[in-house]
Amino acid sequence: MTEKEIYQKLDEVFQEVFDDDAIHVSPTTVADDIEDWDSLAQIELVLAIEKCFGMQFDMREVTGMANVGEMVAIIQERA
Amino acid sequence: MGRSFQSLKRDAKADASDKLPCGLAIAGDCATQHFSVAIKGAGYQRGLDVRVFDADYDQVQSLTCDPSSPLYEASPEFILIELCTEKLYARWLGCEWSDRKGFADQVVQEMEGVWNSIRRNSSAIILQCDYPEYDDRVFGEFALKMTDSFIVQLRRINALMGDLASADPRLALIGLSGIQARMGRTAFHDPKLYMTAKMPMTLDALCEAADIVAAVMAAYKGLSKKCVVLDLDNTLWGGVVGDDGLVGIEVGELGTGPAYDALQHWLKELKARGIILAVCSKNDEPVAKEPFEHHPDMVLSLDDIAAFVANWEDKASNIASIRERLNIGIDSMVFVDDNPFERELVKGMLPDVVAPDLPDDPAQYVSFLQGLDLFEATGFSQEDLVRSDRYVAEGKRMQSAACFDSVDEYLKSLDMRARVSPFDAYHAPRIAQLTQRSNQFNLRTRRYTEADIESVMQSESSRGVWFSLTDRFGDHGLVGIAILEERPDGLFVDTLIMSCRVLRRGMEEFIMNAMVEQARSVGASKLIGEYIPTKKNGMVADLYSKMGFVQRSDGLFELDVEDYTGRVTYIKEERDDREGNLPEA
Repeated sequence: MTEKEIYQKLDEVFQEVFDDDAIHVSPTTVADDIEDWDSLAQIELVLAIEKCFGMQFDMREVTGMANVGEMVAIIQERA
Repeated sequence: MGRSFQSLKRDAKADASDKLPCGLAIAGDCATQHFSVAIKGAGYQRGLDVRVFDADYDQVQSLTCDPSSPLYEASPEFILIELCTEKLYARWLGCEWSDRKGFADQVVQEMEGVWNSIRRNSSAIILQCDYPEYDDRVFGEFALKMTDSFIVQLRRINALMGDLASADPRLALIGLSGIQARMGRTAFHDPKLYMTAKMPMTLDALCEAADIVAAVMAAYKGLSKKCVVLDLDNTLWGGVVGDDGLVGIEVGELGTGPAYDALQHWLKELKARGIILAVCSKNDEPVAKEPFEHHPDMVLSLDDIAAFVANWEDKASNIASIRERLNIGIDSMVFVDDNPFERELVKGMLPDVVAPDLPDDPAQYVSFLQGLDLFEATGFSQEDLVRSDRYVAEGKRMQSAACFDSVDEYLKSLDMRARVSPFDAYHAPRIAQLTQRSNQFNLRTRRYTEADIESVMQSESSRGVWFSLTDRFGDHGLVGIAILEERPDGLFVDTLIMSCRVLRRGMEEFIMNAMVEQARSVGASKLIGEYIPTKKNGMVADLYSKMGFVQRSDGLFELDVEDYTGRVTYIKEERDDREGNLPEA
């Protein structure tokens, strides 16, 4: 999967989780950029991404990812 | 059942003001925020406006024993207690070996203490989750025959909870252990989620659990289903009794019979429990009743059916009349039918009737229906107590329900397209089979072999056409045939057959229009029909009169082609562009 495809699918996941079609993420997107992105939403995001890409984050990553760019790097490595 | 967390979350935000208000407090020794969102969403689907008070994390003891705690402030009708296996195991680890034999008794005793506090301080119904099983594998399988292993003590806790709960009609158990058994431990629990967020269940498991909590609350609020309305052909037995006959339908051990056998047994159990069974079938009544009376493998008998309706009217009207006859709430009815057309009609016209989308494979019917959790029981006295609530809510729902005003509106929404094609070699076997098998919508019941059909194709004076129908449910394939013969007095309808599956949606009218067009194309001034009665084709006795034909003195029916204006139908004709290059059989 190309990086572009990953971002496309990721946009869909974010839009679904936050119920907002206007959301588009970039490598530098962080939790503060999206109003409802709290620790509960983080769990939903992680699980939705795992399901969407058929991969698993490990425990360190669930809480440790600093921005969307890091998320994508992990997805690229495993999906 | 089977819904995603995101869809429950959307429902949790939806306007539920037309639903039955329902206060719920949740207390647990784990994170419960996602659970409360999911329960609110699942409640919406089950007719409840769930207002959740989500208590602070891991405060079950202190919140329940303090009469002035925020748990009781909102006077919830239900208090849900979720205690997780992970905390239980942590406690187990701190328990001396010598005390482990008595672990379950001690845990349950404390749990009873919590219940008693709630009973003292509130009139809420207690919803207590049981413990999903976890085996630490320290002793391997040997643990199963020890009295002081974690798995044995955990199972004992669940069993003791059941014993205690059985004495209290205002205490319900929520079987998380059963959900885990159905989903499997790895789908139910993700260690990472518990360790990072104190969530003992995955979101998928949470959705299942939420739906069960909602089903139990709905039952206490009097919203359980009380009546199952059943289709017959391909729902209660395999095949079409009107066409295949008593010996041709599949029930019992024959063919797909075991699937229908399983469904009938399950329904019989429900009936014994007090769920009302009714039949709503498109059939002639004597034909529909025959299997109940004479088939040796039928599990259900006519005595099990509280209302038996078999006719050719639309099913929504029939269900409404069954409801009147049984004097029950329309929202307490479940409609089980293999045919998506019928289900959608009923959903559109009677939105409060649950019409589940049965799986295609009859082998899956029972497990699918079981998974819907429609028939939660709480005990009869509870239901009596809340009956008034239910009628209030029903009144509200009637006002708000969006539904089709008429069958016509529904038919328009189906996007039906039909095709008229001349007989061809490729379809000859299917056409011959239809003449052999069809008994109901069959005007003259002439049986033809494949060779006969081929000679119609060669004939100068006869023409055969077949009709196919597509709608938004899919392609129904070949649904009717007509064989038309040129005679001196007009074009004679030698054969007219239509599948009963597409009855009453305008296909009769469409076929009639097409036959008139055929008559015009050969320059005939009349279309002439005949009805030859048999035991099974009573449903078309009036067809020609209804379509504007006039009966002649010789008993035949005659239609003046020139005056015919075309009957109203919501089916669009698709022109056959494949003509001429059909594969040769």
